[in-house]
Amino acid sequence: MNARRAAAALLAWGALLLTGCAGHQQSAVDPGGPQADRIADLFWFFVWPLTAVFVIVLGLTLWSLVRRHRGIEQEPLETTHLPSEKTETKLTRVVTGATIATVLILFVLLISSVLTGKAVADLGQTKNGMVIELTGNQWWWQVQYDNPDTSRVLVTANEIHIPVGRPVMISGRSNDVIHSFWIPNLHGKRDLIPSRVTTEWIEADRPGAFRGQCAEFCGLQHAHMALWVIAEPEAKFDAWLDQQLKPAATPTDPIKQHGEQVFLNNACEFCHSIRGTPAAGQVAPDLTHFGSRRGIAANTLPNSMGNLGGWIVDPQSVKPGNHMATIALKSEDLQPLLEYLESLK
Amino acid sequence: MRTVSAIACCSMLIVAGCQREKRDLRPSPARLAIFGDAARESPLRPGGPVEPQPVVTNPYNGSGYDISEGQRLYNWYNCSGCHSQGGGGIGPPLIKTEWIYGGEPENLFDTIVKGRPNGMPSWGGRIPEYQIWQIIAYVRSMNGLQPRSATSGRSDNIQSNPQTIVNRTTGVTK
Repeated sequence: MNARRAAAALLAWGALLLTGCAGHQQSAVDPGGPQADRIADLFWFFVWPLTAVFVIVLGLTLWSLVRRHRGIEQEPLETTHLPSEKTETKLTRVVTGATIATVLILFVLLISSVLTGKAVADLGQTKNGMVIELTGNQWWWQVQYDNPDTSRVLVTANEIHIPVGRPVMISGRSNDVIHSFWIPNLHGKRDLIPSRVTTEWIEADRPGAFRGQCAEFCGLQHAHMALWVIAEPEAKFDAWLDQQLKPAATPTDPIKQHGEQVFLNNACEFCHSIRGTPAAGQVAPDLTHFGSRRGIAANTLPNSMGNLGGWIVDPQSVKPGNHMATIALKSEDLQPLLEYLESLK
Repeated sequence: MRTVSAIACCSMLIVAGCQREKRDLRPSPARLAIFGDAARESPLRPGGPVEPQPVVTNPYNGSGYDISEGQRLYNWYNCSGCHSQGGGGIGPPLIKTEWIYGGEPENLFDTIVKGRPNGMPSWGGRIPEYQIWQIIAYVRSMNGLQPRSATSGRSDNIQSNPQTIVNRTTGVTK
């Protein structure tokens, strides 16, 4: 009775653990797109038969441990230890049956896995896809929206907006070491490899914000290299893209004007660019519409004036080892700089 | 006994070797700003004799991490735009024995901070001081002026430009 109760508790706990995965960020069993759907289906298709096999095998093992060892009791070891003719036939039948069942189960799982892989890859055959070039850097993501019209090519960072229901090709590169792009709610992993282009098609079938995280160890701050994929209805996405394509607004009030000057007269502009100003650095995230983004430092911290202040004054305390320069800002320059950067919506 | 002492010596050597990888991630506040002259180019000064200047040393001498940071910054700040990878181009080469304005760390510091005639811009007040010292450590390592143990035999990064692929059978480049 006790054993049964323990088993029930264990099962309930396991089920609870699994339901915990649903409705959460970075969960592959809470699909937000057709491919993640297929992958989640495959996962559950594997989980149930394999759970059954696991339980049966464990049960049989336990049974073999507790059952009475008739053979040894009946016949002394010295004479003969061979099973009887009848037992022999029975054992052969059981082993053959188990082998056939194993092969069949593995074969079914193999076929389902191959079919899922094919279905997931089929999205790449679509014609009206959008191409986003994603470049991994230590430790942030550069996002570039390709367009045949070069005036509509958008460069941004650490946040990908996609229209719902439209396939998007992520064309991945890396500037330094191997990174890996993984939005569990949308698709599996795809490595970003230096000197190579790797592609992955993603599609979201419902609006939402899906968090992703670099999935290949890439150095000191690998754990703080996150990005958001934000799926929006087509109209909202187009409005977002139009807004992002605009150059940064020239500040009108004196504090923000001062902040802009601080940005342009320090090391900031060597690495960052803000379209509409002379700042055109290419090695750090584009800050043209920085204020509209969710996070700072590759989504290490939520984007707020306080967090930004801490990040600029002492980046090494937020992300030790990161490549942002520590600069000596005058205390009266910091607040205007923060106000200016946060005003870049 | 001899084996034991040999092992002890070896382990001490290994432990000492760890210094090469020591990473001083957060620069000291004194290294963030730009100070005035690191080196004196001429003994002549207006207003009479000056007190002896403090000796300036590069805080990052012999640090493998800072030399490789210097290499990254050398490309980030586009030193390579004029000096190429040390062989020179628009600007003079940096792998050499004769330096126009002196090759000691303090001379290089002044060159970077103040700029020089005929094209070398002044980076003073732009690049934080600790990064200038990292770049200097790297530039001197190109000339073998850093301990061999601290310099890297190759770049820390994989060559990331998509490389030209040559088909070995047809010789066609694509």
